[in-house]
Amino acid sequence: MSLPALIELHNLACERDERFLFARLNASFAAGQVVQILGPNGSGKTTLLRILAGVSSDYRGEIRWQGQPLASARWEYTNSILYLGHLPGIKKSLTPLENLRWYAAQQSGVSDLTIIRALVQFQLAGYEDTPCHRLSAGQLRRVALARLAFSQAKVWILDEPFTALDKSGVAQLELRLADHAAAGGLVLVTSHQDINVPHLESVDLQDFVPSPVQIQEAFYG
Amino acid sequence: MVKSLFWATFTRDLTLAFRHKGDMVNPLVFFLIAITMIPLALGPEKAVLVRIAPGILWVMALLATLLSLDNLFRSDFDDGSLEQLLIAPYPLSVMVVAKVLVHWLATGLPLTLLAPLLGVMLSLPASAFGALVWSLFLGTAAMSLIGSVGAALTVGLRKGGVLISLIVMPLYVPILIFGASAVQSAALGQEYTMQLAVLGAALALALVMAPLAAAGALRVSVSG
Repeated sequence: MSLPALIELHNLACERDERFLFARLNASFAAGQVVQILGPNGSGKTTLLRILAGVSSDYRGEIRWQGQPLASARWEYTNSILYLGHLPGIKKSLTPLENLRWYAAQQSGVSDLTIIRALVQFQLAGYEDTPCHRLSAGQLRRVALARLAFSQAKVWILDEPFTALDKSGVAQLELRLADHAAAGGLVLVTSHQDINVPHLESVDLQDFVPSPVQIQEAFYG
Repeated sequence: MVKSLFWATFTRDLTLAFRHKGDMVNPLVFFLIAITMIPLALGPEKAVLVRIAPGILWVMALLATLLSLDNLFRSDFDDGSLEQLLIAPYPLSVMVVAKVLVHWLATGLPLTLLAPLLGVMLSLPASAFGALVWSLFLGTAAMSLIGSVGAALTVGLRKGGVLISLIVMPLYVPILIFGASAVQSAALGQEYTMQLAVLGAALALALVMAPLAAAGALRVSVSG
């Protein structure tokens, strides 16, 4: 890829309960990439995504956004990412429309019509005024994913977005990820399934599990 | 844009408050029942009730507020909205103000409006109703703000209910003292503007400090 890196990680390390999840993580992600973060359960995939999303600041090392340290580019960075976590961030007693209105307010120029169009794209036509507690798990996931349709964020950080989706939903989401990358966006995604996207790149967190010697160096060296 | 996310948070929380009427009514029912019990337990002697009415009304209003605090950020934490609040391109402390405002509209304001009715039940003299409403108006708002810090600190814990009370109670003491004192003075036909001024000052201080403290506490609770 000839495009300059959007996000660079330098020597990123994260410790949880006196155990290093990963250390010396060096990677760079450029526009136009779809990157799958790999690793078994408990290997720190979610933790890494939470760090990248800015939810957690419990790490060592450096993150750079377009060449600048995150601390000095924080505002620009916050405006450029969309994070969809393990928990969908959807209120069950509100309708999909009411839920998405809050997310739409984060950027200017998103009308109710735009939101309804987004819901239609995710096969939720006719459900815009149904309270979310009456929707199935897959439909709830679709409500959360409908944010992708109107978001202007350049970087999508998606934690297990395929959970509970049916086959056609998975295929549709894969298409959307590929489209976003083709349009100059960057997608960082975790999933236990194989993702069917052209030019899929991957980062395996198991490559960055430190050996005991390295841990000693990190503490005493 | 800055204005719109404040209002988006405000309207979303207000809608949620109305969808969960049970949560909203719970502190009010507690207030109502607890105060109704007092004359039944102590007997309807007017002299006794007048003497204790200001204190009882204020203590019960404080406990009712305390009862409602745990819900302030809990459901947001459970469904992931709190993470989204944290990373939104908008100052977190301002969104905390929106949430606290809704909390006060749903608990503090109804408590304030219900209090005169219960004052009648405790034979509070008519001269004290103004002081009761004004002191609770200022006091419950300050208590919602201060309480948000306690709620933010304990939201990451599985059972934070008791801890909130322990954190927040000492901070409520000055508000309780001046609030009850305002009503007491008014019942005795004395001037009570000084107490109201102190409550107003407490509210102003809480409005400046509490949202910042709560925002900081939320970051710690969520990232841990």
